[in-house]
Amino acid sequence: MADEIKKAPAAVKVTIDNITVEVPAGTTILNAARQIGGDVTPPAMCYYSKLEGSGGKCRTCLVEVAAGSAADPRPMPKLVASCRTTVMDGMVVKNITSDRVQDARAGVVEFLLLNHPLDCPVCDQAGECHLQDLGYEHGKEGTRYEFNRRTFEKEDIGPTIQLHMNRCILCYRCTYVADQLTDNRVHGVLDRGDHAQISTYISKAIDNNFSGNMIDVCPVGALTDKTFRFKNRVWFTKPVDAHRDCPDCCGKVTLWQRGDEVLRVTARKDEWGEVKSYDGKPGWICNTCRFEKKKASDWTIEGPTVINRHSVISQGHYLNKQQPKETIQEVMGGLKPRLLMDIHEVSEVNKLELSELPGAATSQQYKTNSNESSNKTV
Amino acid sequence: MGRKLLLEKAHVENIRSYDVYRKEGGYRSVEKALKTLSPDQVTEEVKKSGLRGRGGAGFPTGMKWSFLAKPEGVPRYLVVNADESEPGTFKDRYLMEFIPHLLIEGMIVSSYALGSNNSYIYIRGEYAWITHILEQAIEEARQNGWLGKNILGTGFDCDIFVQRGAGAYICGEETALLESLEGKRGNPRIKPPFPAVKGLWGCPTVVNNVETIAALVPIINEGGEEYAKIGIGKSTGTKLISACGNINKPGVYEIDMTISVEEFIYSDEYCGGIPKGRKLKACIPGGSSVPILPANLLLKTAKGETRMMTYESLADGGFATGSMMGSGGFIVMDDSQCVVRHTYTLARFYRHESCGQCSPCREGTGWMEKILWNIETGKGKMSDIDLLWDIQRKIEGNTICPLGDAAAWPVAAAIRHFRDEFEWHVTNPQEAQQRNYGLAHYADALAVPVA
Amino acid sequence: MNSQFSEAQLQEVKRLTSRYPEGRQKSALIPVLHLAQNTFGGWLSKEVMDYVAGLLSIKPIEVYEVASFYTMFNLQPVGKHLLEVCQTGPCMLNGSESIIDYIYEKLGIRPGETTADGLFTLKTVECLGACGYAPMLQLGEHYREHLTKEKIDALIESCKSNRANA
Repeated sequence: MADEIKKAPAAVKVTIDNITVEVPAGTTILNAARQIGGDVTPPAMCYYSKLEGSGGKCRTCLVEVAAGSAADPRPMPKLVASCRTTVMDGMVVKNITSDRVQDARAGVVEFLLLNHPLDCPVCDQAGECHLQDLGYEHGKEGTRYEFNRRTFEKEDIGPTIQLHMNRCILCYRCTYVADQLTDNRVHGVLDRGDHAQISTYISKAIDNNFSGNMIDVCPVGALTDKTFRFKNRVWFTKPVDAHRDCPDCCGKVTLWQRGDEVLRVTARKDEWGEVKSYDGKPGWICNTCRFEKKKASDWTIEGPTVINRHSVISQGHYLNKQQPKETIQEVMGGLKPRLLMDIHEVSEVNKLELSELPGAATSQQYKTNSNESSNKTV
Repeated sequence: MGRKLLLEKAHVENIRSYDVYRKEGGYRSVEKALKTLSPDQVTEEVKKSGLRGRGGAGFPTGMKWSFLAKPEGVPRYLVVNADESEPGTFKDRYLMEFIPHLLIEGMIVSSYALGSNNSYIYIRGEYAWITHILEQAIEEARQNGWLGKNILGTGFDCDIFVQRGAGAYICGEETALLESLEGKRGNPRIKPPFPAVKGLWGCPTVVNNVETIAALVPIINEGGEEYAKIGIGKSTGTKLISACGNINKPGVYEIDMTISVEEFIYSDEYCGGIPKGRKLKACIPGGSSVPILPANLLLKTAKGETRMMTYESLADGGFATGSMMGSGGFIVMDDSQCVVRHTYTLARFYRHESCGQCSPCREGTGWMEKILWNIETGKGKMSDIDLLWDIQRKIEGNTICPLGDAAAWPVAAAIRHFRDEFEWHVTNPQEAQQRNYGLAHYADALAVPVA
Repeated sequence: MNSQFSEAQLQEVKRLTSRYPEGRQKSALIPVLHLAQNTFGGWLSKEVMDYVAGLLSIKPIEVYEVASFYTMFNLQPVGKHLLEVCQTGPCMLNGSESIIDYIYEKLGIRPGETTADGLFTLKTVECLGACGYAPMLQLGEHYREHLTKEKIDALIESCKSNRANA
C-alpha cells in the first residue's frame, strides 16, 4: 500500500458523455467533469471541494458508470455519487446521456423540494440559490406531495447569521466549516431521519471569527447574512471585486453594492459557486471583513465581478453589456414615454442608507424614516 | 431431523456457564486453530466451507476476510455485529442469551485468523441484559486462559469488549455501526473506502454477524469441507431462522437448508402450522426488508418447483416472483391479516430508522408512510398506488446505504403481489375500516408456463 | 439536581474508556450516556450532557448530536417507569395495538404521555427483536413478552408497589 502512495499520480483517461479527458489518478468523476465543464458537469449540492469529507449525501450528482475501467469494463450496477467516486483509466461515464441518471436526478430534486418552503420571494438567497438552479433545470412544475410541509422551530444562533432550518437540505457543509475553519464547533446536526436539523441545541450564539463562511458555503437560504437581511434583492446589487489588508484572512472579497453603498460582503466565488482559492489556499474571509467593513472607503476596489451571463445577478452587472436598441422615442416622434408614476415619489426605498442599518431592513425602519422626514417638513 | 451445529447443545442445562460449555466440548476449535493452523489456514477453511454472511446480504465470508488489508504496524479489528434490529429477526439474541460462549469461541478463532488483538461486539442497546451475559462469559473465558495475553502459549493476544448501542436500526449497517462504536451518530459512511481498508478508527476492519462468527466453531472442528457438505449448492451449513407472526410455534430454529418452505411452516418440528385453523396468506421469509410473497408463490416457485429454505430457492424468480433468505426473519401472515396495514407499519419503521443523511431516504420514507396511512384509513386515491410505486423506485439504489433499498422493497413487493388489496382499500374505504380483505386468491394455484 | 458521578461510577467510566486505543476515548460516549441516564433520573439534561462532554474531553455539541440520534436517550424527563411498547409489523400481527389501547384504558396515557403522578410514561418503539414473543414491551433493562391484559394488570400493580423495576 505504501508503494502505491509513493507512485507519482499517473494521468488516466475518462470518458464522460462521449467527451474524453485526461486527469490525474485519484480525481473524482465530478472533478473530471468540471474540467470538461458545461452541461456535462453533474450538479452538486453537498460536495464542496474545499471541505474535507463533504459530499455523497444529496445524491444530485449521481451518474451511471457504463464501464468501470479499461482493465475491468463491466458497468457498475448502481448509479454512483460522482463526487465521491474516483475515476479509473478507461472509465466510461454517462451523465446527461443517461436516461437512468436523468430520472434518478429528477427524483432527488423532487425529494429535496418535498418539504422545502418555496419561500423564494422572501428569501435572501433567491437569485444565487443552488436549489433554485437545480429546480429550474431538473424539477417539475407542481408537486405530488399532498401533506403539510415539515417545519422547525426558529432558533437564534447569534447576531450575524440567520438560520432558517425549514430551508435546509442537510448538506452538512456548515458543520465542516465549523470543524475545519474554527476551533470550537458549537452547532451540528441533531435528531435523525426527517427530523434531523442543524442546531446548537441551546440557542447559543455561534461566535467565531470565521463562522461567517458558513453563509458562503450554504447552497440554499438556510444560513444567510443578518446584516444584509431584507435589504435588497441580490440581482439589484452590483458586485465588485475588492481587497483590503486584513491581518486575519486573505482580504479578497466581493462587495455587493447599490450605488456607493456596500450592502454585503462575501468571499469571491468560482464558477461552481465555491470560494475561490489563492496560492492553493481557499479564500475564506473573516467576520471582520464580512460584517464590519461596510464602507466603500474600507476597500480597494478592483473592478466588476465577472458573473455568468446566464445568472440573474448579471442583470446588475454592466461590463461589456450591450443595451438593446431603444426605438420607442423614435416611434413616439421624439417624445419621451410618460411614466404612470415616479416610484421615488411614493417610496422611501432609495432614501435609506441600507448599509448603515444595524439589522434587517423592515417596514419599521421605513416608517420611522418617513415619520422623521415628514416631521422635518412640518 | 436436520443437522444442528449451533443449537445442538442449546438445551443442555446451564450451557450458559463456562464449565458446562467446556465439558460439552467447548473451545476445542480454539485449541485446534491456534495450535495446528496458521491464520491463513483458518481463512482457507472458511473459504472451503462456503459460509455466507448470516446478517442478510449472504456475502461469502472467506472472500470478505481475504479483502482485509494488512499493512505493517497498523492494528486490525474484528467487530461482531450484534445490532440485530431487522423486524422479524431475533436469532442472534437467542444464540447470545443461551450459548454466549459459542460466540466468544468463534470470535477468538476469527480474531486469530484476522490478526485482531482487540475485538468488539456491538450489541443493540435494548439487549441490555444480554450485555451482562456476554461480559460474564468473556470474564470466564479470560479466567480460563482463552483470552488475554499469550493464549495457550501461542503468543497470540486477544481481548473482547462488548459495546452497547442505544436504539438505532441503522447501526446494523456495518459502517454506521463503526461510526457508532467510535461514539458518533450512526450515519453510514460513503464507500469506498470499505471497512476492510479503512474501518474502525481508520484501521482495516472486518464486521461479521453473530451467527456467522459462531459458525466458525463447527467449521474449524469439523473442517471446511465437511461443513460444505451440509445443505444444497451454495447454501452450505446450517442457518438459524427466527419464525414469528401467525404460527403455532414461534421461535428460533436451526435448519440445514434441505427442507421446503411448506415443511418449515407446517411440520411440528418447526413452526407447527397456522393457529386457529386459519389459512396461510403471505409470508416475508427473510426479515422485513425482503419482498413479501403470497402463499402460492411462497410454497412453489413461478416455475412450479417446490420452494426450499435455501438462499437460491428463496431468491428464485428474482424480485418479480421470488424473495430472499435475508437475515432469516420468517414472518408469517394468516388470512385475517391486512397486507396494507402491515406494509404501513414497516414504512413507519423505516421512516423512524432513517438516519436522515441522504435525501431520497430522508424524504422518501416519510412520504411513503403518509400515503400508506391514507390508503389504510380509507383516504387513499387510486393514483396513490402508482405514486407509491414511483417513490420506492426513486429511493431504491439511489441512497448511501442499503436502508433505502430495505425501505423500498417491502412497499414494491406489497404492491406487486397485493395490488388488488390496495385497490380494494381505495374503492371500499368504509368497508376496509370494518373488515380485512381476507385470503382472496392469494393461495390459488398458479398456472405454470409450459416450457 | 446534583449531576456528578460517584467515585465508583467514575471508575466505571475509566474502565469503559480503557477499552479503546489512546485518544479514542470518545468511543465510550454511548456507554457513558447510558450510565448517566440511569444515574440522573432516567433522562439527559443539558447539564448532564455537558458533564459527560467534560469527562470525555469532547465538545458539548458532540454529545448533543449523539444523544439526540439514538432513541433510547430521553432528552425530556420521563416517568419513573417507562413502558416501551413495540408496534412494528410482527408485533402488530399479534395485537400490539390492543396492548397500547389497554394501557390507555388503565392509565389514561397515550404514547408520549406521562401519568399525572409521574409514575408511568408510555412510549411506542420500533422492533426490539422479540418478534417471536409478541406482543411485548420493554421496562427498564428487561423485556415483558407474550403480553396479555392480565400481564399488563400485574405489571402495573407491581410497578405501583415498586417491585418491578428493581
